[in-house]
Amino acid sequence: MGLFGKITFSSILQRIFGKKHAKIGIYGPPNVGKTTLANRILRDWTGDIMGSVSEIPHETRRAKWKKDVKIDNGNSSLVMDIVDTPGISTKVDFKEFMNTWGLSKDEARRRAKEATEGVIESIKWLEDIDGVLLVMDSTQDPFTQVNVTILGNLEARNLPVLIAANKIDVEESSPATLKSAFPQHPVVPISALTGYNADNLYTTMVKQFSKKKKKRR
Amino acid sequence: MTKKENGIAFNLISRHKLQELNTEDKLKFIIKEIKNGKILVLEQGLTPTEQTSLIQHTMKEIEHDTFIGFEMEGYGPDQPTFFQKILGMHKKPRITLIGPANLLKMVKKDNEMIQTMIISRSGAK
Repeated sequence: MGLFGKITFSSILQRIFGKKHAKIGIYGPPNVGKTTLANRILRDWTGDIMGSVSEIPHETRRAKWKKDVKIDNGNSSLVMDIVDTPGISTKVDFKEFMNTWGLSKDEARRRAKEATEGVIESIKWLEDIDGVLLVMDSTQDPFTQVNVTILGNLEARNLPVLIAANKIDVEESSPATLKSAFPQHPVVPISALTGYNADNLYTTMVKQFSKKKKKRR
Repeated sequence: MTKKENGIAFNLISRHKLQELNTEDKLKFIIKEIKNGKILVLEQGLTPTEQTSLIQHTMKEIEHDTFIGFEMEGYGPDQPTFFQKILGMHKKPRITLIGPANLLKMVKKDNEMIQTMIISRSGAK
């Protein structure tokens, strides 16, 4: 590739007018509501759903995606390929599935093994996306190592990030804590479960993910 | 773990030692140590890219009955100044605590303190 990279007519148009199509990954730790949010987005814009949800962590253990989801923001729109990724964690303990969630030993071991593979797959997907919708649980401490690691990685890659401060339907939620924890990124409070503030999320998604940014690899 | 002493080893790894290792060797070293039940204090933490690679490598090493992953907390690099940004300079990650998840439990982290607990077999002390 030359000094100025591959310059095409479409890339020039993108630089002037912004993106019209982007591959967006929904990322976050387990059990923050990634698939619930993916289902909300798809239900609102395609009438479809992405996958099943569960209180048991690591319900999504393989990445799922839906192509050509058009989100309309009145004056502008963006067509997205939405990728729902398995939750990223630094540990997977099959005993937790048994003791906390009542799974049998075999089920727990199988789930744990698939969960480790899911984490690896999620991280691999980072190579192939244009932006990230990072889902955080606004009832929890935001400074978890997984949140910090994912954000640091995205910043190093210079990928656009939008933080969805999920679960604001829960009384103990504090989206303001998330906003003050990560002031360098846009944070949109939302309830993926009820759809509360989803319109604001969609507006911000179109705005944030239409930006043309160079990826650092 | 130092079984003779019936205790848990805490090792402070110097910045010098960490800078000597390339990323791959650094991650191999950390995983080997925490799989052996040691808790490490890294004088200089890992970059975000190294942290992500550590998670990937760790997931491949998980063994249900002996190694379930790791706990890690540290303070990220200070925000670069305006001139450092212009010059493309990045500050180094700061001190980081890392250990096996069956031994080390993170309690709370804020800008002033990282609270952790050592978990005994009967629960957190």
